[in-house]
Amino acid sequence: MKMRRLLTAAGCVAVLGVGIPAQANEEVEKLQSKSGNWAMQLGNYKGHRYSELDEIDKSNVGKLQVAWQFSTGVLRGHEGGPIVIGDAMYIHTPFPNKVYKLDLDNQGEVIWAYEPRQPRDVIPVMCCDTVNRGIAYADGKIFLAQADNTLVALDSKTGEPVWSVENGDHTEGESLTAAPVVAKDKVLVGISGGEFGVRGHLTAYNIDDGSMAWRAWSTGPDADVKIDPEETTMMGEPIGEQDLGVKTWPGDEWKRGGGTTWGWFTYDTETETVYYGTGNPGVWNPEQRAVDGTRKGSDNKWSMSIFARDIDTGEAKWVYQKTPFDEWDYDGVNENILIEREIDGEQRKLLVTFDRNGFAYVLDRVTGELLSAEKYDPTVNWASHVDMETGRPQVNEEKSTFAQGTNTITKNICPAALGTKDQQPATYSPETGLFYVPTNHICMDYEPYQVQYVAGQPYVGATVSMFPAPNSHGGMGNFIAWDPIKAEIKWSIPERFAVWSGALATAGNVVFYGTLEGYVKAADMQTGEILWKFKTPSGIIGNINTYVHDGAQHIAVLSGVGGWPGIGMAAGLTDPQAGLGAVGAHSKLSQYTQLGGVLTVFKLPEELASR
Amino acid sequence: MPLKLPKYVVLSALLCATASVASADGKTADLPALDPQTNPYNIRDGKVDFETYNGYRRYGGACARCHGPSGTGSSFAPALMDSVEQLDYAEFVNVVVNGKNIESGSRNRVMPAFGTNPNVIQHINDIWGYLQARADGAIGPGRPERIR
Repeated sequence: MKMRRLLTAAGCVAVLGVGIPAQANEEVEKLQSKSGNWAMQLGNYKGHRYSELDEIDKSNVGKLQVAWQFSTGVLRGHEGGPIVIGDAMYIHTPFPNKVYKLDLDNQGEVIWAYEPRQPRDVIPVMCCDTVNRGIAYADGKIFLAQADNTLVALDSKTGEPVWSVENGDHTEGESLTAAPVVAKDKVLVGISGGEFGVRGHLTAYNIDDGSMAWRAWSTGPDADVKIDPEETTMMGEPIGEQDLGVKTWPGDEWKRGGGTTWGWFTYDTETETVYYGTGNPGVWNPEQRAVDGTRKGSDNKWSMSIFARDIDTGEAKWVYQKTPFDEWDYDGVNENILIEREIDGEQRKLLVTFDRNGFAYVLDRVTGELLSAEKYDPTVNWASHVDMETGRPQVNEEKSTFAQGTNTITKNICPAALGTKDQQPATYSPETGLFYVPTNHICMDYEPYQVQYVAGQPYVGATVSMFPAPNSHGGMGNFIAWDPIKAEIKWSIPERFAVWSGALATAGNVVFYGTLEGYVKAADMQTGEILWKFKTPSGIIGNINTYVHDGAQHIAVLSGVGGWPGIGMAAGLTDPQAGLGAVGAHSKLSQYTQLGGVLTVFKLPEELASR
Repeated sequence: MPLKLPKYVVLSALLCATASVASADGKTADLPALDPQTNPYNIRDGKVDFETYNGYRRYGGACARCHGPSGTGSSFAPALMDSVEQLDYAEFVNVVVNGKNIESGSRNRVMPAFGTNPNVIQHINDIWGYLQARADGAIGPGRPERIR
């Protein structure tokens, strides 16, 4: 019975590929609802990264084996993951941003390959490696956001460019790393460069011809941010005051105020609302962002914020700033996962985000009201709690790099600048009601100092030393199951390194994730017991996906170590408890893995699959 | 070995001279004078002078994002605590000022030119001294302690 369902799902896809629907997102929604596909990076518009496929389950996952592999020919960090539509798989690489269309009927034979010509001087403005978080599909087109700020639409049949548009300027420190998302008749693109004094924005282009539909800036006057202070709400009330995106900054610092948009975008098809987060407020030295030298009035809006915007106009419906006046580089770009749950007897449309700052937020995604904010790693110490009346964190003055001051070392701040979770997307199972979250377990010392802005050059102004969370298991990561209603960790798997891979929950009651050493691991979704693991050729910072081909469920992942963990952890982190000069030998990533992009595809052996 | 240096270097040398006066706040008077060729850093009981400490900080702001923490290298860019053993001071300054562009197979390596960036150039001697201290094993990874 199970197999028949899978076959039907795969069969539908071929039919759906024909004909252009009125709105691209209807097509994408249909494609993603077929469990045989993996039609977008986060699995569906709500960002669940969940699959209804259940052929691979707790009883047989231990027998998984490699079906085939494919080298991408690129050495740098491979974030994002494969897209599968029907009998074709699309994969992408870091710079130079190759795209391959692979034939699943022939174990990944190349149908077409695309490699853009990009200026090489874009490489050093990409903070933390030349990563790319993947392509999007809609309307017979593949959308690729290239490092050099070119957004290109490729014909999915031939790989030929249909149109392309420039979304930024790398000589100003701008680049593209985030995966585009197609919603309605628009493709949404973010911008990277938070360490280069970039001014962030989200931009929507019409998928037909690449013309710009709207651009919403993260800082600046209300007109630029697409805020109406009488209509746009914050904590359920109209914002009221005008131009907070200018007033909460000293001088014209908002013009290099960050709020970059390099994370993930989710979309509610019923209310036609897009949700995303904005990054750190420019320079890491908070004193340079303080109005009149005080924290009061220096929120640096709208950095570190969740925006809910109308897909047609880009107008902000509501906004919530998670970390006003950032002092730790807790970019608020993590994915906003959309779920429906009953709270106090009432069915609510919710938004859940596991922020870099270590708090898991639950909001009503229609009104933007904050419902809860709880620490999802007990070591988080920069704030005691989030005030539910104001929505503001209660900052611990001892861990405030602003209160401690410029040229002063603020010690033992948890989490470190890369957050309790970075871009690696979590997964949500509507069946168990739990989130499965890849996390970092790292703390830091932070010392801000004065810097000057130079266009196209790093604009940081702080030095950070990181180390494994003290008085814990000694590792730098955990993979946790989180109950969003009780706001508690159900189980936790300690990991030697930060877990930097996107997770996948399945109806087979098995959740998959990757590790920086290169393991793909499968865990029991109820207990966290590891049921299977396999070591791929390189560390995994990509996201694990699943699909059906030829009636069999497959698991696919890109390995290829790099990204920020490849830079921060390659040579190991210093353990301050062990004294000056000591490095835990176990913490040296280069001892476990080396560079190299490889796609690995798994399935069950024939005798199990055909049962 | 005499090297033909770009004009940026002359400029940077002037800026450095100003910088060491400006950063005098944490200096200890009784330490030997620094010289990039002959005495790039001072160390006493495992602790470093202000300039070398400042080199650690500036390295963290401008270099660590690619070259990894504490000069140890990364999956993206080489370990500078090793590189400075292959380069003399003039060559080091030349690379920092003008950048570098290496293409060999799929290993694309591009370093930006920092010649116009005061956050780097004004502190280049301090960064050099810090990396020399790391290369010599005088200090370990992580934040060095300062002579007070």
